[in-house]
Amino acid sequence: MKKPVLEVNQLQTHFFTDRGEVPAVDNVSFEIHSGEVLGVVGESGCGKSVTSLSVMGLIPKPPGKIVGGEILFRPQQDEGEKEENLVKVSKKRMRQIRGNQIAMIFQEPMTSLDPLYKIGYQIIEGVRNHRAVSKKEGRQIAIDMLKLVGIPRAEEIVDEYPHQLSGGMRQRVMIAIAMACDPEVLIADEPTTALDVTIQAQILELMKKLNREKGTAIMMITHDLGVVAEMCDRVVVMYAGKVVEQGDVRTILKSPKHPYTQGLIRSLPKMGKRESRLYSIPGNVPKPGSIKNGCRFAARCPAVFDRCYQENPELIEMKEGHACRCFLYDSKEAEVSHV
Amino acid sequence: MSKPLLEVKGLKKYFDVTGGVFSKKVGEVKAVDDVSFTVYEKEVLGIVGESGCGKSTTGKALLRLTEPTEGEVKFAGKDIISLSDEEMRKMRRDMQIIFQDPYASLNPRHKIEKILGEPLLVHGIGSKKERREKVERILEIVGLPGEAAQRYPHQFSGGQRQRIGIARALIVNPKLIVCDEPVSALDVSIQSQILNLMEDLQEEFGLTYVFIAHDLSVVRHISDRVGVMYLGRMVELADNEELYENPMHPYTRSLLSAVPDPDPDKITERVILEGDVPSPSNPPSGCAFHTRCPEAMDICKQVRPEFTEKSVNHFVACHLYDDDVKDRSQIK
Repeated sequence: MKKPVLEVNQLQTHFFTDRGEVPAVDNVSFEIHSGEVLGVVGESGCGKSVTSLSVMGLIPKPPGKIVGGEILFRPQQDEGEKEENLVKVSKKRMRQIRGNQIAMIFQEPMTSLDPLYKIGYQIIEGVRNHRAVSKKEGRQIAIDMLKLVGIPRAEEIVDEYPHQLSGGMRQRVMIAIAMACDPEVLIADEPTTALDVTIQAQILELMKKLNREKGTAIMMITHDLGVVAEMCDRVVVMYAGKVVEQGDVRTILKSPKHPYTQGLIRSLPKMGKRESRLYSIPGNVPKPGSIKNGCRFAARCPAVFDRCYQENPELIEMKEGHACRCFLYDSKEAEVSHV
Repeated sequence: MSKPLLEVKGLKKYFDVTGGVFSKKVGEVKAVDDVSFTVYEKEVLGIVGESGCGKSTTGKALLRLTEPTEGEVKFAGKDIISLSDEEMRKMRRDMQIIFQDPYASLNPRHKIEKILGEPLLVHGIGSKKERREKVERILEIVGLPGEAAQRYPHQFSGGQRQRIGIARALIVNPKLIVCDEPVSALDVSIQSQILNLMEDLQEEFGLTYVFIAHDLSVVRHISDRVGVMYLGRMVELADNEELYENPMHPYTRSLLSAVPDPDPDKITERVILEGDVPSPSNPPSGCAFHTRCPEAMDICKQVRPEFTEKSVNHFVACHLYDDDVKDRSQIK
């Protein structure tokens, strides 16, 4: 098997604020293979967006800083290039990679396009930065990209401004910008959260098509487990800056092991059947950095015991490709509970 | 069946579009265009639809927070459209609203005690001491500590703020609460807490909810009956079970099939709609959905379908179910 196109190892991104150092991303590791869709799931404040910004080299510093770990990028298209650690590369090199080989779709289609520039210009801007393309060729590329993402009247839309488009159309333009350089890795940060369900279905369909046809690896950041089931091959579940569980999509959604993942899935209202009462996880999502010792989920966990408050659990391999950060599955604890 | 609490007939809300130097009226946006429904006592009526379909405007028009252009709203048998402002203010003791954004709907400069005490003050309920006791009691009911009264909104998380929003609606002991997307700004684990709280309160105080949301699974969970809106019009209204199991309107069918299911084993046959929702300032002729409808016929472009009862308690506005379109195989 080929090595993963993107490998994140023990990534630590901290923010230095007036109230002290906040570990927004705390020893996060995962990998994405070419042609794969990886879901990153978690609630607000769990560090999923900071993780993606770290990969893109877009963490505002100060106050943010990557204080540890590595982000290994292995382009697979050109044989000549070898792996690079994105934490270490120069700003200039990062600019060459960003938008070209690793691209990102941002969450808010309403605010992430520049209202003063025409759609066509915004699509070509990245292409012209990375490749020698004339204006005329660029325009053609923009039109082709708009057609690819299913925008009607592409020849006219290139000369229009963002305010002339609806939310769904703008999100398509965002995807067109991200796909224009044919990236190897596409990071999509809640790409459909701001959209209606019928439009969301269109956008997801489009992303699936691009993934299938071009083999682009997609890192899909979302809080919607329905979207995960629809799109992803593997899932990483994050809670308070840590990966608490990871595995293939079927395992995570059908037989989750971590109490948090279990609670998250059980607390969803189901379309198919109507339950009398929803399960709910008690308490609130902790503020980043507020829990120093022990498992971050301990205070809300239904299966908590003393050790959870004192020690940090490690990720434990359950079976191949499925890992869970919980003492319940620690072999030492298993012996104790059997006694 | 229980008594009707709220009867809405032919409700319309048009917003003027102005333009030019003298801000002359150049058109109108038909945000709510001839909507009729009834809410029975102690039931939860869910209203779903995509953004811009007029569901929030409908909710506000029910309380006359925005003045309806036309139509009739009867609350407990009384026509509230003809009430004076003063009478309406008194009426609102029985009809309250919970807003969508728990961050924007609480005044950041007021303590929780003042935020929750204000409705009591407005309606002249209790002495200062009684009001304070009431605030503490209501905080407990929605699951917050009594000392929360002395804090400011920014000291609470999103879920806690939404509890305060609920407490504010509940404190005057209303009969009807319009809930405008009360959980859409919340995280999944918090969302289920709030939904459970709302259900408990409904049982305890015998409340009636009009529950407006865009999330179909949330509406499925909490509602007794569900209405679906599209471009300012109600296109389908039926019992919860009936609507989700046996949707009749093509829009409802595509809307239901578009929701991603968190069960990876479930392969849904998806009806993906083409294009975007048309602008409500220039809605299509005839049936507003005909531009995106996979089953559109010639008549749909010309005649607006009536909103009628096609089977027991199942209202649909669609020509597919007209009596003269019997042979459905001819449609395609």
